[in-house]
Amino acid sequence: MNFISIQDLYFSYADETDPQPHVNAVDGVSLTIDKGEFVAVIGHNGCGKSTLAKHLNAMLLPDSGKVIVDGDDTSDETKTWDIRERVGLVLQNPDNQLVAGIVEEDVAFGPENLGVEPGEIRRRVDEALKAVDMYEYREHAPHKLSGGQKQRVAIAGVLAIQPQCIVLDEPTAMLDPNGRDEVMNTLLKLNRERGITVVLITHYMDEAVKADRVVVMDSGRILTHGTPEEVFSQVELLKKHRLDVPQAAELAYRLRGCGVKLDKIPLEADECIKMLGEAMK
Amino acid sequence: MSCVLELQNIGFTYGLGTPFEKRAVDGVSLKIEKGEFIGVIGHTGSGKSTLVQMLNGLIRPTDGRVLLDGRDIWEQPKKIRDVRFRVGMVFQYPEYQLFEETVYKDIAFGAVNKGLEGEALDKAVRDAAAFTGVKESHLEKSPFDLSGGEKRRVAIAGVIAMDPDVLVLDEPTAGLDPMGREILLSQIVNYHKQRGTTVLLVSHTMEDIARVADRILVMNHGCPEMFEATKKVFAQGEKLREMGLRVPQITTITETLRQRGVNVPDGVLTVDEAVDVLLPLLKKEGRTW
Ligand SMILES: Nc1ncnc2c1ncn2[C@@H]1O[C@H](COP(=O)(O)OP(=O)(O)OP(=O)(O)O)[C@@H](O)[C@H]1O
Ligand SMILES: Nc1ncnc2c1ncn2[C@@H]1O[C@H](COP(=O)(O)OP(=O)(O)OP(=O)(O)O)[C@@H](O)[C@H]1O
Ligand SMILES: [Mg+2]
Ligand SMILES: [Mg+2]
Repeated sequence: MNFISIQDLYFSYADETDPQPHVNAVDGVSLTIDKGEFVAVIGHNGCGKSTLAKHLNAMLLPDSGKVIVDGDDTSDETKTWDIRERVGLVLQNPDNQLVAGIVEEDVAFGPENLGVEPGEIRRRVDEALKAVDMYEYREHAPHKLSGGQKQRVAIAGVLAIQPQCIVLDEPTAMLDPNGRDEVMNTLLKLNRERGITVVLITHYMDEAVKADRVVVMDSGRILTHGTPEEVFSQVELLKKHRLDVPQAAELAYRLRGCGVKLDKIPLEADECIKMLGEAMK
Repeated sequence: MSCVLELQNIGFTYGLGTPFEKRAVDGVSLKIEKGEFIGVIGHTGSGKSTLVQMLNGLIRPTDGRVLLDGRDIWEQPKKIRDVRFRVGMVFQYPEYQLFEETVYKDIAFGAVNKGLEGEALDKAVRDAAAFTGVKESHLEKSPFDLSGGEKRRVAIAGVIAMDPDVLVLDEPTAGLDPMGREILLSQIVNYHKQRGTTVLLVSHTMEDIARVADRILVMNHGCPEMFEATKKVFAQGEKLREMGLRVPQITTITETLRQRGVNVPDGVLTVDEAVDVLLPLLKKEGRTW
């Protein structure tokens, strides 16, 4: 069942009076995202990922085209809050997201705005902070946290809203390897166990391979999309568009280039180990 | 070789004397040789940024001493500014600190403060721009009109233009697309090789650190847990994992194969090396066309 439908979306940051030539940040994107799907979005710096993400919860509205969330048009102002309750967005820079002076107040901000009753808020805040391993920092000031700690708090703030769909804009850019794994595991768990739709923007290819579908953007458009197997077997295409493949895939691809018979490009370490192990038995 | 930086039991406590006292760095003692390329890794909140900010006097250790070429940098607190020219620091997300009207002026800012002028200044700015891949045509633009990745380069060029003895970069590639990361990293390596500058690189991307560092400092809850050759550090996968870190994916692959009896050496850190060691084995097995 389709949950978000993006129809021929165009958006530019320039206004009419701007003397600069008109460039669209999103330049004709059509895409549907199913309920319960886990979609990764990758693409070069400035290709329009964040701009697209902000259209999914009505933070930005299309210049032309439409974004329909669960049947509601994001341009319909009477629906804005309904949409934001259903689609939670974790912004790229956590400093833009953290508003309160204390970590737990910050996480409570979303549910408070939605009128959730206090006991339930308490429960959600604790659960969200534990999910990102920041519970012990609940009484700290967000601006005194390290970069990665801020990023975790920003994620907890969206988890506490308990939206049906979570959109995360490079949530792991400042995290350590374990933190990245934990965030990925949390997202996969929310997706599989609670059917929450996840849209993950990332520059880490080893995260994108875990999605159901990978969308590759380039200069405001969708270059290609498909399962991780379909997308990451196009090594040359990805490299041409400033992207890459995980080391497991790179290794297989390079070996194949040297004449090694491999019928498949593995996407993760385990698969690669298995393939090579069998080849050298 | 001679030692350029020496840390003698340095520590830092935020909010000393308040109820929110936080011991961020504790008991770090180590020596860094001239011309070394050091990687700094550690879990989020392990004290990496706090530690590197003490190296150029941006924050003063609450205990211990930082010696630059054998002299305590806080010997004359009024002269701490000079230390900032010698130990150049690129912060986490430096693009938020650009402020001049043009890219050229932004790159020149530190060098001007250091006292450079005229042709020497112009050369320093243009060389730094070339090193970091800032386009000539961008020099007269406003830094605010550049993309995130381009701004990052301008910020790094500004530090390089001061020609520091030690270059410290705190997660310089975070948020860059894969190609941007690759290019910036090789530019830093080239700069290091050509000028012989000592480099400290803080990063959460183990694959990057594995490719460039001679030695790695591993921070864990404010304490230095390891300070050893890159190969030695990444040979301790289990210990790293316990500290929230990992080895590069390629190292996991070759290491697991080795444990399963495949005849590959330990300490493989890059895809290039892995291809070199695996290809002959696969050929021997008749797995090639
Ligand atoms: N607030 C803004 N005002 C003007 N132009 C903007 C603004 N935000 C983004 N842009 C421009 O719009 C384009 C798309 O930017 P966007 O932030 O969506 O890219 P992105 O794919 O998220 O990039 P990154 O990987 O660097 O985060 C870029 O050319 C960018 O310079
Ligand atoms: N201004 C501050 N006031 C109080 N505590 C702080 C401040 N800045 C950092 N801290 C705390 O000091 C510890 C070390 O922080 P630091 O920023 O050095 O970590 P880091 O290793 O750089 O982390 P990251 O990988 O997330 O950037 C953390 O627990 C953090 O919460
Ligand atoms: Mg973005
Ligand atoms: Mg830091």
